[in-house]
Amino acid sequence: MDETPRRDFLAVREVAKLFQIGDELVAALSGVNLVIDKGEFVCLIGASGCGKSTLLRIIAGFEQPSSGRVEIYGHPVTGAGSDRGMVFQDFALFPWLTVRENIAFGPRQKGLPTTRVREIADEYLNMVGLAPFADRFPAQLSGGMKQRVAIARVLANEANILLMDEPFGALDALTREQLQDELLQIWARTGVTVIFVTHSVEEATLMADRVVVMTAGPGRIEADIPIMLERPRDVSSPDFNEVRRSLTQRLTSHVRRQLKAA
Amino acid sequence: MTPTASAALRAEDPAVVAAGEAADATVDQARPVIVPTGAAPFKTGSFAAEPKVKPEPGPLVPERVQSLLLAVAFPLLLIVAWHELVVLSGTRLVPTPYQVGLMMVDFAVGGIHDDAFSGTILTHLLASMQRVYGGFALAIILGVPLGLLIGRVKVIRQLVDPTLSLLRPIPVTAWLPLSMIFFGLGPRSAVFLVFLGAFYPIVLNTVFGVRSVDPKLFEAASMLGCDGSRMFRQVVLPAATPSIFNGLRLAHGFAWILIVVGEMTGVPTGLGSVIMDGRNLSRTDLIITGMIVIGIAGIATDRLIVRLNNRVLRWSPQHHG
Repeated sequence: MDETPRRDFLAVREVAKLFQIGDELVAALSGVNLVIDKGEFVCLIGASGCGKSTLLRIIAGFEQPSSGRVEIYGHPVTGAGSDRGMVFQDFALFPWLTVRENIAFGPRQKGLPTTRVREIADEYLNMVGLAPFADRFPAQLSGGMKQRVAIARVLANEANILLMDEPFGALDALTREQLQDELLQIWARTGVTVIFVTHSVEEATLMADRVVVMTAGPGRIEADIPIMLERPRDVSSPDFNEVRRSLTQRLTSHVRRQLKAA
Repeated sequence: MTPTASAALRAEDPAVVAAGEAADATVDQARPVIVPTGAAPFKTGSFAAEPKVKPEPGPLVPERVQSLLLAVAFPLLLIVAWHELVVLSGTRLVPTPYQVGLMMVDFAVGGIHDDAFSGTILTHLLASMQRVYGGFALAIILGVPLGLLIGRVKVIRQLVDPTLSLLRPIPVTAWLPLSMIFFGLGPRSAVFLVFLGAFYPIVLNTVFGVRSVDPKLFEAASMLGCDGSRMFRQVVLPAATPSIFNGLRLAHGFAWILIVVGEMTGVPTGLGSVIMDGRNLSRTDLIITGMIVIGIAGIATDRLIVRLNNRVLRWSPQHHG
């Protein structure tokens, strides 16, 4: 593609992904185009198997697209990089490191002096409110605390794109609400860009500037819907329910159309 | 959101959890009290989810005494049975426990039989330990890095793994004649056999450890800027440690088994040679004494490995031995 005068912050261009399953080639993604601005909070939503996690992993650089490419400021992504930080559903913390050491992992790789590494770790420990638990191991934390560590770990690594793969899916409802709130605060304070995979319409309505609806077979983007609600959003307000209902309708109508086609 | 839910939400707040942590002792005692309504059940629920770091105080000492008593009771029972069987059968080929006890004292400090074996325990034990730990250390130094590489690097796995699988079923004792040709009639041959026996369990368990690491940990590390040799040191090695320690314990057992075989090849010192001499002289008390000393040395080192294991793996209580 040609150079455009305005370079997009993050662009997914004509990305397709084929997986070999047995003797068959299965298309997980086909013709995916997506442009995301700096500082946006974008939710990817869709039923399981629609390729939303695969798209996220391609953006992360953990997997290569079969065709097409992902660009950041026009530079193609070729592998994992510290500008993009993945927050996994099951945390993926290093179990042999303490909370502080987990958060310090990225800064340590950069070869910063030990005192500086510790300063950074403590700053992000405080940001996620885990300072009293700094010397605990992940096995000694609750799920919500583990996910806070995971978020702090990528932020401490100066990631400016947070890739979150159903990050709160493994948490109980109360902890989830708490963490959604904290994430929105961190997002507002730090100005990071967030790409957030979820299958909950309510979660998407609460968090997103834009909701990108994906459908399966092969995975592609079906709709791109801005959420115009003011922040902070109130899940019990009539406006919120209105937006959520219309989003749900659009989601189910796609599913229905798909079923009819099949 | 209902007031109840929002009150309970705050229980997840780290500050509140921290405060609860500080008041843990009181909360602990209060826990059995059932609170019928309101936000409190949520709160206690949240505290209950809070993992415990402090060990439970209580009947720890009686528990330990009981386990010690049981551990001693069984061998005592065996010794009594042994004594009775020897006396009842009237055999002269097997000594009584008392005769073996005398031999052990003589082996340790002398003054009873006053023969070539009196008071020589340290000479033989140290000789065997040198060979066991020499071969064991060699197996660790070569086995762990090789296991990490096989587990992590596909080309090396393809290159080495089939050969290893071919060599592994060959009993180490089958190497004895060749090892005597390679290394002569001496301690080096014993070290080689110990090394061979310890090498395979260490390599296999290290490979298994690396292969069973959650691939997301490698992805997480690479996105945090960790790669190449740092990845091996900072992620692959620690992640495989629980499995490596399994391998070490197995290998250490094999090492003591093989030292006896190794020292039967004509070395003048070592517990294996003592047992061999006992056989040639028809001294069963000497043979059993050698066996018991090997058992004690083996269990002592095993306890050391377990303690090291618990220390290194303090992040994973489920792997404590």
